[in-house]
Amino acid sequence: MKIKLKIWRQPNAGTKGAMHDYDLAEVSEDMSFLEMLDLLNENLNEQGEDPVAFDSDCREGICGTCSLMINGQAHGPDVATTCQLHMRSFKDGDTITVEPWRAEAFPVLKDLIVDRSAFDRIIQSGGFISANTGSAPEANNLPVEKAKADRAFDVATCIGCGACVAACPNGSASLFVGAKITHLGELPQGQPERDMRVVDMVAQADYEGFGGCTNIGECTAACPKEIPQDVISQLNKDLRTAMKHGH
Amino acid sequence: MTESTTTRVSDAADYFTLGDAIADTKAPHDVSVPQMWEERKAHANLVNPANRRKIKVIMVGTGLAGASAAATLGEAGYHVESFCYQDSPRRAHSIAAQGGINAAKNYRNDGDSVYRLFYDTVKGGDFRSRESNSWRLAEVSASIIDQCVAQGVPFAREYGGLLDNRSFGGVQVSRTFYARGQTGQQLLIGAYQALERQVAAGTVTTHTRHEMLELVVVDGVAKGIIVRDMVTGEIETHLGDAVVLATGGYGNVYFLSTNAMGCNVTAAWRAHRKGAYMGNPCYTQIHPTCIPVSGENQSKLTLMSESLRNDGRIWVPKKKEDCAKDPRDIPEEDRDYYLERIYPAFGNLVPRDIASRQAKYMCDDGRGVGPEVDGVRRGVYLDFADAIDRLGLEAVKTKYGNLFDMYKQITAENPYELPMRVYPAVHYVMGGLWVDYDLESNVSGLFVAGEANFSDQGANRLGASALMQGLADGYFVLPYTIANYLAHPAERIDESHPAVVEAKQAVEERINHFLTVNGTRSVDSYHKELGHLMWEYCGMERSKEGLTHAIESIRELKADFWKNVKVLGTADTLNQSLERAGRVADFLELGELMCIDALNRRESAGGHFRAESQTPDGEAERIDEEFAYVAAWEWGGEDGHTPVLHQEALSYEAIEMKARSYK
Repeated sequence: MKIKLKIWRQPNAGTKGAMHDYDLAEVSEDMSFLEMLDLLNENLNEQGEDPVAFDSDCREGICGTCSLMINGQAHGPDVATTCQLHMRSFKDGDTITVEPWRAEAFPVLKDLIVDRSAFDRIIQSGGFISANTGSAPEANNLPVEKAKADRAFDVATCIGCGACVAACPNGSASLFVGAKITHLGELPQGQPERDMRVVDMVAQADYEGFGGCTNIGECTAACPKEIPQDVISQLNKDLRTAMKHGH
Repeated sequence: MTESTTTRVSDAADYFTLGDAIADTKAPHDVSVPQMWEERKAHANLVNPANRRKIKVIMVGTGLAGASAAATLGEAGYHVESFCYQDSPRRAHSIAAQGGINAAKNYRNDGDSVYRLFYDTVKGGDFRSRESNSWRLAEVSASIIDQCVAQGVPFAREYGGLLDNRSFGGVQVSRTFYARGQTGQQLLIGAYQALERQVAAGTVTTHTRHEMLELVVVDGVAKGIIVRDMVTGEIETHLGDAVVLATGGYGNVYFLSTNAMGCNVTAAWRAHRKGAYMGNPCYTQIHPTCIPVSGENQSKLTLMSESLRNDGRIWVPKKKEDCAKDPRDIPEEDRDYYLERIYPAFGNLVPRDIASRQAKYMCDDGRGVGPEVDGVRRGVYLDFADAIDRLGLEAVKTKYGNLFDMYKQITAENPYELPMRVYPAVHYVMGGLWVDYDLESNVSGLFVAGEANFSDQGANRLGASALMQGLADGYFVLPYTIANYLAHPAERIDESHPAVVEAKQAVEERINHFLTVNGTRSVDSYHKELGHLMWEYCGMERSKEGLTHAIESIRELKADFWKNVKVLGTADTLNQSLERAGRVADFLELGELMCIDALNRRESAGGHFRAESQTPDGEAERIDEEFAYVAAWEWGGEDGHTPVLHQEALSYEAIEMKARSYK
C-alpha cells in the first residue's frame, strides 16, 4: 500500500523543528510501524537526505525505548508499544502524523527522539528497596500473600516508556511514580522506606517539571502495559500517610 | 599452521596460525572442584574500605551483569563509571528474557542440588564449558534469588506466599524461578534500581547514550576506554583502575535475531583488537520457537517462550502439496509429528539445538509451512489443539495467554484456532571474550561478565541459565575477583599518554572515514548481506564447503563496505547511521572469525553442528580426542594476517565426559 507521512523533523534540541511530508510506497501490512520507518530511511539515505532519527531497541514491546505519537496518540491506536504496531492497522492512502513525545520534562534531542532521563532521576530519588548485595536473608523466610505479590507484579510491568506523560494534558508522571510506589509498597520488603520513598519521588517529579494529576485518565488509556489508574490513588494515599507521620 | 598438537590438519589450516596453549591459572587447582570458590575467596586480596573510594572502575553495559556489578561495587564504596548506549540503564536487553532463572534451592524437595545444576549445565553445554566456572555458577545460584527477593523482585508465588518454581528446558527438577513471562524485566529492574540507588549515593556515575569505541591498553594492561557521546558526538576519554565489559552477546551478526536492534560486538571487538582473546566465537544458540520471518523488510525476530513446548505439538505436513493448505484441513494421518517420531523418549521437549536443526531439515525437505520467503516456506506448526481438548481453553489461556496475545499481535493469526507457526532464530551466543576463573581476560585489568564472556555455558546453554549467569557474575563473582586485582592496581596514566592519544585518534579517523566514503550502499544493506551469509553457512548446520565460501564472501563484502558505504550527516550530532556503520564494520570482522572457528572445529557439539561429523543416524558427533578444548583466538592484525589459535584444554574431574543422547 501507499501512505503519506507527516513527520516532525528537528536537527537538535536548540533548533526549531517543523513537520515534513513524505510519500512512501510498497508498504506491506505485515511490516511493523518501525519497519515502515526503516524503509523510509533507506529511501532517504538513497536520496541523500538525512534519515529520520527515532528510538527503538528490543522491538518486542518490553524495553520501553520506542516512543512515537502517531496521529496524536501515544504509541498509536493499539494498546501496545509503537514497535508492536503493524501497518495492517492502516489503510492504503492513509496520512499518518508522527511526532515525538510532547512534554516539558522530555526535551527533544533530535527528530523523534526525546530525553527521558528525568525518569531515571525519579528512581534515584527513592524508587528502590535498600538491600546491599550479600545482606539478603533466605528468600522464603518472608512469605508474601499471593494477592499482594500478584498486585505488585501487575504494576511492576511498567516499562518506563513515558507514554503516560506524553498522553497527559498536564504532562504528569503520576502513573509512572504511582506504579513504582505501589509495586514496592505492596511488598513487606518495601515497608521500611515507604514514607520517604513517596515523599522524595513526588518532590523529584515536581522538580523535573512534570505536571500534577487531575484525574483525566489519558495516562492509563495510553499505557501499553495497562497500568491501572488506581496506582495514582495509592500514590496520594501513601503521600497523605507520610505527611501524617510528619514527613 | 606452524605446529600441530592434533592428529589431522585443521579444515581451517589456511586461515590461522597455531599459538601456545593457554590455561586458567586463577582457579585453585590444589583443591577439588566443589571447594575451589571458597578457597579462591579465602585467599583473594582485599581492599581497605577507606581506599575503595579512590579506586575507579569503568563498567560498560547495564544489563544484568553490568548493573548488578556496578551496584555491588558502588555499595562496597568503589567509584564506578557506568556506560550504556541506551537512553536508560533499564533498557538493556536482559529485559527481554521471558522464561525464568535457575537456582539450586531445592524448594520442591525433588532432589535438586548444586551438583545437579552443575551436572545439567555441563551436560547441556555438551562438555565444552570450563568445569570450575560452571560449578561456581551453580554454587552461587541460590544467593541470587535471596538478593532479588530482598530488592522487591515480584517472583511468582504460591497461595501460601512462598516462591513458586517450574520445570524448564527438559531437566528433571523444578528449579526455575519466574515472574510470569517477564522474568528478565523484573530482575533487570531490580538491578537497575540498586544501580540508581548508588547514583544517588554518589558512588556510581551513569553515562547513558554513550558507546564505547576503543579500549586503552598500555603494556598489556587495560587503562580505560574511549567513548562517543551519541547525542553531541563528542569523543571522550575515561580512565580507571580496571575496565569491565558487560556488553552482552553478538547475535546481531546474523542481522535477524531475537536481540535488540542496538546489541553489538563493538566493545568486545575493540578489546579483541587490543589483545583480548575471543573464546569459541562459533558457539551460537539458535532457539527453536520464534515467529518466522514474514518478509524482506523484517528487522528483528521475536521469541516465543520455550515453555510452549510443554503442551504444544510440533508438526509439518507429510506431503509437500499440503503445505499451502489450511492446517485444520489436513487430516491426522497426513501430519508428521517429527520430534515425537524421531525422539520418542523426549518428544517435543528435546534440547534447543536438536529441535532447531530438525525444523530446518523439514523445511529444507520442502515441507515447511507459512508464506514463501525467497521461494521456501520456513515454518513448522506448534499446535495447541490437543492441549485445548485435554486441558480446556481457559486453562491454556491462563498458562500461555500473554504469549498467544503476543503472537496474534505480530502475525494477525489467532493461535487458539490456527496452530502457531514457528521457526528457529539466533537467540544467544555462548562464545565471547576469553576469561580466567576471576573473569579477567588475558589483558590485565580487563574483566568480562555475563553473555559477553565465554566461560560457563559451553557449546549450548540450558534454558533459564542466562539470567543466572549475568547476576552470578555481577553480584557474587566479580566483586570478589576484581577486589583481588584492585588491591594492587597498576599505575595510572593521564589523557596525554601516547596510548590515549593514539586510541582517540583512531576513533576519530574511523568516524571520519565513514562520513567521507560517500559510496552507494546503506549500512543496513551490508548488514543484511552479512546476516544472510552467516545464517546460511554458519547457522544451524555448518560444512567445510559452506564455511570456506562464507569466509571468502565476507572478505569481499568487507572490502566493498570500506570503499562503498554511504553514511550521511556529520560526526557532531546524533547520527544513527554513523553508529550502525561502526557496529557493522566490527560485525564483518567478527563474522569472518566465527566462520574460521567453525571451520576449525570439525566436530559437532551443542549448537555447533558440522555436517561432516554426525553419527550414522544423523545425530551430533562430538570428537573429544581432538576438540576438548576452548578455542581462544588472538587478533592477527589487519588484512593479510591470520588470527592465532590458543587452545585451553578441557578436563573434567567432578563429572564424567559422556556422549549426549536424547533418543
